[in-house]
Amino acid sequence: MEILVCVKRVPDTAENEFELNSAGNDLDRDDLVYSVNEWDNYAVEEAIQIVDKVGGNVTVITVGDDESEEVLRREMAMGANDGILLSDDAFEYSDGRGIAAILKAEVEKGNYDLIMTGAQADEGAAQVGGMLAAMLDMPFASLVNKIETDDGRITVGREIEGGNQEMNEIDLPCVLSIQTGINEPRYVGIRGIRKVAKLEIPVKNAGDLGIDAESVGKSGAKTKRVDYFVPDLGDGAEMLEGSTEEIIEQLIEKLKAKGGL
Amino acid sequence: MTQIFAYIPHTDGVAGDAAVEFPSAAGKIDEGASVTAVVTGSGADLDKVAQAMTSTYSQVIKIDNADLAYPNAEIVRKALVNIIPADAVVLIAHDTFGMDLAPGLSVKMDSAYAADIVYFEGVEGSSLKAVRQELGGAVNTHVEIDVSSGAVITVRPGSFAAAEDAAAGGAIEDKSGDAGDLTAKRKFIEIVEAEVGDVDITKSDVLVSIGRGIEDEDNIEVAQELAEAMKAVVSCSRPIVDAKWLEKSRQVGTSGLTVKPKVYMAMGISGSFQHMGGVKGNPFIVAVNKNPKAPIFQVADVGIEEDILDFMPELAEAINDL
Repeated sequence: MEILVCVKRVPDTAENEFELNSAGNDLDRDDLVYSVNEWDNYAVEEAIQIVDKVGGNVTVITVGDDESEEVLRREMAMGANDGILLSDDAFEYSDGRGIAAILKAEVEKGNYDLIMTGAQADEGAAQVGGMLAAMLDMPFASLVNKIETDDGRITVGREIEGGNQEMNEIDLPCVLSIQTGINEPRYVGIRGIRKVAKLEIPVKNAGDLGIDAESVGKSGAKTKRVDYFVPDLGDGAEMLEGSTEEIIEQLIEKLKAKGGL
Repeated sequence: MTQIFAYIPHTDGVAGDAAVEFPSAAGKIDEGASVTAVVTGSGADLDKVAQAMTSTYSQVIKIDNADLAYPNAEIVRKALVNIIPADAVVLIAHDTFGMDLAPGLSVKMDSAYAADIVYFEGVEGSSLKAVRQELGGAVNTHVEIDVSSGAVITVRPGSFAAAEDAAAGGAIEDKSGDAGDLTAKRKFIEIVEAEVGDVDITKSDVLVSIGRGIEDEDNIEVAQELAEAMKAVVSCSRPIVDAKWLEKSRQVGTSGLTVKPKVYMAMGISGSFQHMGGVKGNPFIVAVNKNPKAPIFQVADVGIEEDILDFMPELAEAINDL
């Protein structure tokens, strides 16, 4: 099985406190810690497990700048066989549709049976997988939390509301967006990263992919982010202040009043 | 005038909450918009939902086909592409079905796409300004959506007020004949119901709910001790289940269980909308988090900026000493 997993380098929500820049129109990105999108690790782990079982090859791909190479290497250290970096100034500020179009151009050069993405990334839109599938006229399933492979056809479980699971049969080739919890992504240590440090990762630009630069990036985007702003807190929580002892005293009184004790 | 079509989700003949939220969302996009409900399905259940929609919408389109009895996104998409005008604005709920349907629909309609919108500031010319969140709710952004050749937009459940039942007196138009070819490369098999766990978190008046802030599986014991002191049970957010530290039956959220406690102790939980979507009944929410910018502090009643690993044992001890 030839599997392509689309990954993304994102600001790490567990490692950062997000602040706006002085102009107030973007995040203050100077000290942000970036990592691979959490959902993508589950997708790569699942791809590796499938290939371990039925044979084949796992390729990881991303649209990004030079720094995105590090997330490809990380996923290759997990066990992905190849990496491809799609990079061009013209790709910057693409909307989801633009990213899907760029990926589509590369997918069509390969012969993939299965294409995976994380269920969502930093923007929380959950859009690229479904768009890519529609562009390729492949079937799609989102929020996949179980995959069973069988000859030329797979069965997938989708996470739906209430902790229930929707089981589907889906023809190959197809696109799946992978939900966290489907597996336990393997740990990657420094040694693992070192082992793949010298592997070559091809970089392809708009020309290589035959993409009209105007159709992607800022000029092609129908949905544009205008600015960032801090959510209006409304009333927000009443913050308890003081020493831990004082805070606990206040809290216990409130809990008693509200039926918590 | 903006033409808006709202896809109505439903189960067992009952429309989802989104059905009454779309009209408010549409009103924020363009007060003068024409809003049409689109209901797909089969048989008596479909007729019941379509009929119910006539009191909220002045126009209701129904698409009846045996292949639509279960909402398979690929099939629904095919039907919608054939029935909704390509330059319309289509509203869909940002839920597990919406995420399956909407991105592909926008491609097939060659429309703009915007996901998980929480607020609309309105349309000017062909530019629709809206608000969404990124980075798990840590920041908001304004987006401009070019709706000149239509748009598919998912809206966050619960973000728009329910419309008053206006007795709109809508007419139902049957467009089943226009649905076109409904074959699909994906086939629905069955729903596997969630397993029932050892503890029923939906029955407890007080929940001590833990998130990433618990840091390690061994620390769950600390939450357990606080729960015992409060005669509560331990529930959790998604990352704890993903890490297999607790059973799925302990998870609160849209992809877990919906709980209605009196008091909800959110311990080291950031407070994503997917998590808070499972906390109903307006409980008294206490949030303890060492990150002062955690979104949970926007929705909690009482906030405490501390590390839960230090705070929970001290609170448990103080309660035990009462």
